[in-house]
Amino acid sequence: MSVTSPTGAPAIAGRRQARLELWQRNARRFLAELGRQPIALLGGLVVLAFILAAVFAPYITAHDPELGSLRQRLIPPVWQQGGAAEFPLGTDGQGRDLLTRIIYGARISLLVGFLTVAISIIAGAGLGAVAGYYRGWLDTVLSRFADLLMAFPFLIFAIAMMAFIGPGFANLILALTFKGWVEFYRLVRGDIMSEKTREYVEAARALGRSHPTIIVAEILPNIVQSIFVVGTLRMGFFIVTEASLSFLGLGIQPPTPAWGSMVAAGRDVMLTHWWVATLPGLAIVLLVPALNIFGEGLRDILDPRLKVQ
Amino acid sequence: MRAIKILERILYAIPIILGVAVVVFVFVRLTPGDPVDIMMGQGGAISSGEIEQLRAEFHLDEPITNQLWYFLRDAARGDLGYSYILKQPVTVIIADRLPATIELAAGALFLALLIAFPIGIISAVRQNSILDRLSMSFAFLGISMPGFWLGIVLILIFAVALRWLPVQGRLDPQITLQQITGFYVVDSIITANGPALWSSIRHLLLPSITLGAAVAAIVARVLRSSMLEVLRSDYVQLARAKGASESLVVVKHALRNALIPTVTVVGLQVGVLLGGNMIIETVFGWPGLGRLVVDAIFNRDFPLIQGAVMVYALTYILANLVVDVLYTYLNPRIAL
Amino acid sequence: MAEPLLELRNLTTVFPMRRGAVNAVSGVNLRVQPGEILGIVGESGCGKSSVLLSILRLIRQPGHIAAGNIFFKGRDLRRLPQKKMRAIRGNEISMIFQDPLSTLNPVFPVGEQIREAMRLHGIANASPLPWPLAGRRSHEKQRVLDVMAEVGIPAPEARYRAYPHEFSGGMQQRALIAIALVCEPTLLLADEPTTALDVTIQAQIMEVMRRVNREHGAGIILVTHNLGLAAEFCDNIAVMYAGRIVERGPAQQVVDNPQHPYTRGLLACLPQISRQRSRIDPIPGEVPDLAGLPPGCAFIPRCSLARDACNSVDLRLRSLQANQYARCILYEDGVRYTVEEFS
Repeated sequence: MSVTSPTGAPAIAGRRQARLELWQRNARRFLAELGRQPIALLGGLVVLAFILAAVFAPYITAHDPELGSLRQRLIPPVWQQGGAAEFPLGTDGQGRDLLTRIIYGARISLLVGFLTVAISIIAGAGLGAVAGYYRGWLDTVLSRFADLLMAFPFLIFAIAMMAFIGPGFANLILALTFKGWVEFYRLVRGDIMSEKTREYVEAARALGRSHPTIIVAEILPNIVQSIFVVGTLRMGFFIVTEASLSFLGLGIQPPTPAWGSMVAAGRDVMLTHWWVATLPGLAIVLLVPALNIFGEGLRDILDPRLKVQ
Repeated sequence: MRAIKILERILYAIPIILGVAVVVFVFVRLTPGDPVDIMMGQGGAISSGEIEQLRAEFHLDEPITNQLWYFLRDAARGDLGYSYILKQPVTVIIADRLPATIELAAGALFLALLIAFPIGIISAVRQNSILDRLSMSFAFLGISMPGFWLGIVLILIFAVALRWLPVQGRLDPQITLQQITGFYVVDSIITANGPALWSSIRHLLLPSITLGAAVAAIVARVLRSSMLEVLRSDYVQLARAKGASESLVVVKHALRNALIPTVTVVGLQVGVLLGGNMIIETVFGWPGLGRLVVDAIFNRDFPLIQGAVMVYALTYILANLVVDVLYTYLNPRIAL
Repeated sequence: MAEPLLELRNLTTVFPMRRGAVNAVSGVNLRVQPGEILGIVGESGCGKSSVLLSILRLIRQPGHIAAGNIFFKGRDLRRLPQKKMRAIRGNEISMIFQDPLSTLNPVFPVGEQIREAMRLHGIANASPLPWPLAGRRSHEKQRVLDVMAEVGIPAPEARYRAYPHEFSGGMQQRALIAIALVCEPTLLLADEPTTALDVTIQAQIMEVMRRVNREHGAGIILVTHNLGLAAEFCDNIAVMYAGRIVERGPAQQVVDNPQHPYTRGLLACLPQISRQRSRIDPIPGEVPDLAGLPPGCAFIPRCSLARDACNSVDLRLRSLQANQYARCILYEDGVRYTVEEFS
């Protein structure tokens, strides 16, 4: 028998060190792969630009996102007759700078996208891991419930739920995650069920490790990449859904700047002042494809087997 | 054997439908206040005796399980409640609006498949060609683009700037059309009404494109990737070795197999059509179910919302049932 | 000698890869006489299947035939327009693929798949009676049923409408052979036709092929990794290694008296029941990566007889005894060592 310290601390520290190194190596390889996919990289940079703009919004623009001026209503973008350099993308029906509102709108979109994905992953992956590992009645109940939620088209479900629980940021997150977790649940449950039969899990069992430890320490690291990929791809979808709800007046309420409600407000004047409705939507058309391109790039690098869906 | 399989799928749908009804019921319970409170919110003085009477009429004085039972029983009989805002049974209102919605969804699906199939097939056969790259870039954009924004942009371009197509509605106001089925295109054909046919198709065009764009994009992508996979298969090589021409190989041997995964995806896209329907109908002032629901939400007309959600979910389940049945015909391996 | 049925001259097939161009087939010369059975033997990845696909011009893009001629009945198939090439495929030259389940189209009934081969070439159009009296349909179908019976599919009438997944592996392979035979080709290309099958079924399938050869006089190229099978079944054998033919000759002669070290290696791995408890000696190492192959003999890393000169010499197939050829430094310069002398 070899001599080890009674606490096994050096062994654990050594393992941590090894894991850290492995992680660093993987990160370097990942960045190198990303460099070989210029389009995915471009998508990632656009997303990063949106994130930076959202975080530093007050430093980028001097205008107030919610306070308008009746004298400065419906000024066209700077490149059109009557435009002003002070309002590069013009102003809306209440005389607020459109660019400012679009930049602040990015906060809402990104926050909704991020929170919805995060909560969906935590709930879906957690429940999926438990259901897939232990099976039994809990799996049956959860899976039937997931089937039931799948019987509703996503947007219909979200609209109906918002109609009944009322608009607002927290309710919006609730409505989106209430169905959003199902996808992660199915993904993780399926992965866990197939991973569970692999040798390394049996080896860990033989070493006397507990079930929760095996799920978290042994299996999860093997499927975290696919969760990450699907999460990135779903984020764009959630952002579009939030915008759609806000467009219908069921999501974020004015005067808070959200892209969907800005387009809705612009619709009233779109026949005479085209920019108010179209330009906020253009932000979605920039951000969401960028997110998806980045997500698909991630998928090709991290988890090619997800490709055919 | 196939009949048994199909029956199995239908039986499997029944508990799902029941579950959907329960979820919708629970939704309504999530709202603060009961229907009588909401009716009272509409104004008018009612005596407390009348309130009690109304509560009893809606079984609101009974336990919640009983209420659920009444709701399910009535729904099974085709009674989805009564709209106190529109003063009509919910089923009557929905039936009145449904043809417009179905016409739009059908138009969208038709256009989507009409575009997606050639693009998906040609992109796979000519992989990495300019056409492939271009159409896949468009498909990518189509997936990410929100329908309400696309609709507005299309209106601004084709209706406002170019004046090719109308901005809103289903028919020019000066044209009269005798309504038989409620589908304007069908009614115009039945009544041999040329101007109405032309006008209704022109009105249908922009909303159908808007609603169908995302579907076309997804179907084109899936068809392309399954065609690519099938074109690499051994049986396609055998077809060539038999002496089949490339077009026969693609259209008969490859496409027939690539359809199998594609059909499943088309079924799922019905959900996108249904969900997008509320938004597109709002953008284009289309007098269908979607706009009705959006109005109902702001009027707090809960029986109507509840009934409409039931109809949407049922349509979606039904569409996927049809896909499942179609699937057994397309894929002989599943038939046994 | 009569005009050969098929003659390959310097056939070279190239697959451009990211790692560099791969010569799956390089400079292959072969002849098949009418009614002859030629075996092409080698490990997987040596280019034998590519030879067959090159003959049919079915090499997948971006692979292509880079050089050489494919003379079939005197015509160079390489120069044939697509349309004429299609008329030959499945009609005069047909192919039996390796994996029957993935080769049959899963969504069409087996009978229809056999019938399609016939329909594509307008065979069985000539019904004895004019159209309204005897439909070409029933006439075609009768021919399909006959072929199914001929390849040993029992109860063909009942199985005509069955789907591939409803067939056993042996039956699937028979169906593939029926597809290949239905137009009565003069040349049959068989790519490992029995590899996926049980030994007993193997024997039955080979028997069907032998009958086709005898009764229809069809020439056959049998591609296999099994030298024993080739020795038993073929008139002549060509041994391929890394895209080249390394030894060629009459089947019995090659097996009894192998000249190339690779052929000897293949023979040594053959389990023989008569040789009691003798060891099976595998050839050490693996088939080399065909991309960026150095000049000289490709077998060097695995050859026990290799020496420095093997690296530099551009080896040719040298004539040894009666019709037997080998490509090895042993036989360069007109000097003929035996393997024993050399080592």
